[in-house]
Amino acid sequence: MEKFFLAMAIALGILILLILYRAVFGPTVFDRIIGSGFIGTKTIVLLLLMGFIYKRVDMFIDLALAYSILNFIGTLAFSKYFLRKGAKYK
Amino acid sequence: MTIIAAIFMIAGLFFFMAATIGFLRFPDFYCRMHATGKGDTLGSLLFLIGFVLYTLHHDFSWMGFVQSAKLIFIAIFWLLASPTATHALLRSAFESELIPWTKDGKPVIQWPPKGREY
Repeated sequence: MEKFFLAMAIALGILILLILYRAVFGPTVFDRIIGSGFIGTKTIVLLLLMGFIYKRVDMFIDLALAYSILNFIGTLAFSKYFLRKGAKYK
Repeated sequence: MTIIAAIFMIAGLFFFMAATIGFLRFPDFYCRMHATGKGDTLGSLLFLIGFVLYTLHHDFSWMGFVQSAKLIFIAIFWLLASPTATHALLRSAFESELIPWTKDGKPVIQWPPKGREY
């Protein structure tokens, strides 16, 4: 089962690399924000997979919980901060 | 039970992959938001259900119950938080006058919208 978890972690890492293209070269600011949020969601799952690989789930669950709350607050703060009225994106 | 957990995780990986393809291929911010806002939530939820089943099967004790409860708490929190973040970001983009993409270039909405003061 450790090999299955390792394969899942590698697949999630490849998906994070694919999302990084849009998060870096996105046309607008909001594409970059949603890309970073999407990478954050995958990181939560990746942390739990790390816990199951190293057999220390009790520690990594708390890390994943804190990271999920931080990701949510970060996205909300970005969406408030980058609100520019009359920015006229095309 | 391990097989069922593995099936849940593979389904979650499938939804993550579909959301990633939509995020890379769709033409507009709103379309990309449509792909990620759903695939993200459902994929992480399926992964967490798989983790809960695996934990309960392999560690049937008090610590296993506590870890499963924490995993279920992460799942419920993310089920509430991810659509909220999506909605806040979408509203911020709409109020920054990001016009939705159409195929022939004609906008489908007038800016500012009727009945609202900006």
